[in-house]
Amino acid sequence: MNGLIDIQQLTTDEIEGLIKKALDIIADPEKYAQKCRGKKLATLFYEPSTRTRLSFEAAMLELGGSVLGFSEAQSSSASKGESVADTARTVGCFADIIAMRHPKEGAPLVADMNASIPVINAGDGGHNHPTQTLTDLLTIVREKGRLSNMRVGCCGDLKFGRTVHSLIAAMSRYDGVDFVLISPEELRVPEHVRTDVLEARGITYRETESLVEAMPELDVLYMTRVQRERFFNEADYIRLKDTYILTPDKLESAKEDLIIMHPLPRVNEISTAIDSDPRACYFKQVLNGKYIRMALILKLLGVE
Amino acid sequence: MLIGSIVNGVVIDHIPAGRGMELYKYLKLDKLSCQVALIKNAPSSKLGKKDILKVNEVIDLNFDILGYIDPHITVNIIRDGEKVEKRHPKLPETIRGVIKCRNPRCITSTEQELEHVFRLADPERGVYRCIYCDTRAK
Repeated sequence: MNGLIDIQQLTTDEIEGLIKKALDIIADPEKYAQKCRGKKLATLFYEPSTRTRLSFEAAMLELGGSVLGFSEAQSSSASKGESVADTARTVGCFADIIAMRHPKEGAPLVADMNASIPVINAGDGGHNHPTQTLTDLLTIVREKGRLSNMRVGCCGDLKFGRTVHSLIAAMSRYDGVDFVLISPEELRVPEHVRTDVLEARGITYRETESLVEAMPELDVLYMTRVQRERFFNEADYIRLKDTYILTPDKLESAKEDLIIMHPLPRVNEISTAIDSDPRACYFKQVLNGKYIRMALILKLLGVE
Repeated sequence: MLIGSIVNGVVIDHIPAGRGMELYKYLKLDKLSCQVALIKNAPSSKLGKKDILKVNEVIDLNFDILGYIDPHITVNIIRDGEKVEKRHPKLPETIRGVIKCRNPRCITSTEQELEHVFRLADPERGVYRCIYCDTRAK
């Protein structure tokens, strides 16, 4: 594998190396401004995205490289029935690295197995989103100064929320981290996350339906959106979408140094009244996403 | 019940009861022109009940799929009426092109020519997962 498909591919040292590189980029962006001069990033986005696609493009541009690609399946040969493997082989002739988002789980892996250049998974359905996880880890490091010894609350759609699955996998490597998983019964974390990650690594976790009850003990609160596009049944979506809405009154019992994260976009699960609370970190996450993607592009292209 | 003994062939023994037909299909035994017998629910001192497959020809077997069904399966090779070899399959690291991923969100559901591949995710429990979407093999 040339690229990054699943956060679990990376060793703890590699993750920390990327975070260190991102912090260095933040400290001295000028030093990196021409590092990817002459290199091209192809962004192959088969489903809509604002943040992730623009973040990848901004990352490459700030490294002095250039970008090409498409932002919806209808404007690519996928609309003619071209396979992911053939698209990846083709794009490999034009670009140096690919960032791919696809609604089907495993599509970026298929691309990586067939392309001659590294492929970064920019989200595959409800499965993996490793650069969001790297973004989240960088944010936690910048806000809390550590990745160990904390209680992480994940709230909302924990079944289809790919960012949560990857975050749990990554954070469970660190000492003293435990989880409170807050969701309705229908949107609990999938069995493979519970058995292969949490139970296999002996991580303490508990599941609850009450955000208010969990709030006082949390160091990190990771909110997620109930995603309409992951439901086959609209009625189920309507029934569950407003289950958790974070409002100022729910934060009354929270720790002073809690950090509130969200991969965005939000619909209504975090009230805009929270945005001015110093504990709100979700827009800082967006900026951190660009820096960690810069670090990842440098690593995968072998640029020091 | 009597099934004639084999002179040259393969006996796949100690198949978990009820999985003989599944194995018959995976091994594509329906494509053979020789005699094949599937014995269901045969008495077994070890298992209580077991299935047995007898193939009246020495054929190449996919030991990966045998291991996936159950590594305790026994394969006896018979030549000139004598058992000349006894083998046990192992849990394979990967299984290619045999079992199908049933996740409708998996890329294999739309890309028809893509080979279905499963990896051994948990050797202790014999759990296999799709390499593309991590769905557990049923």
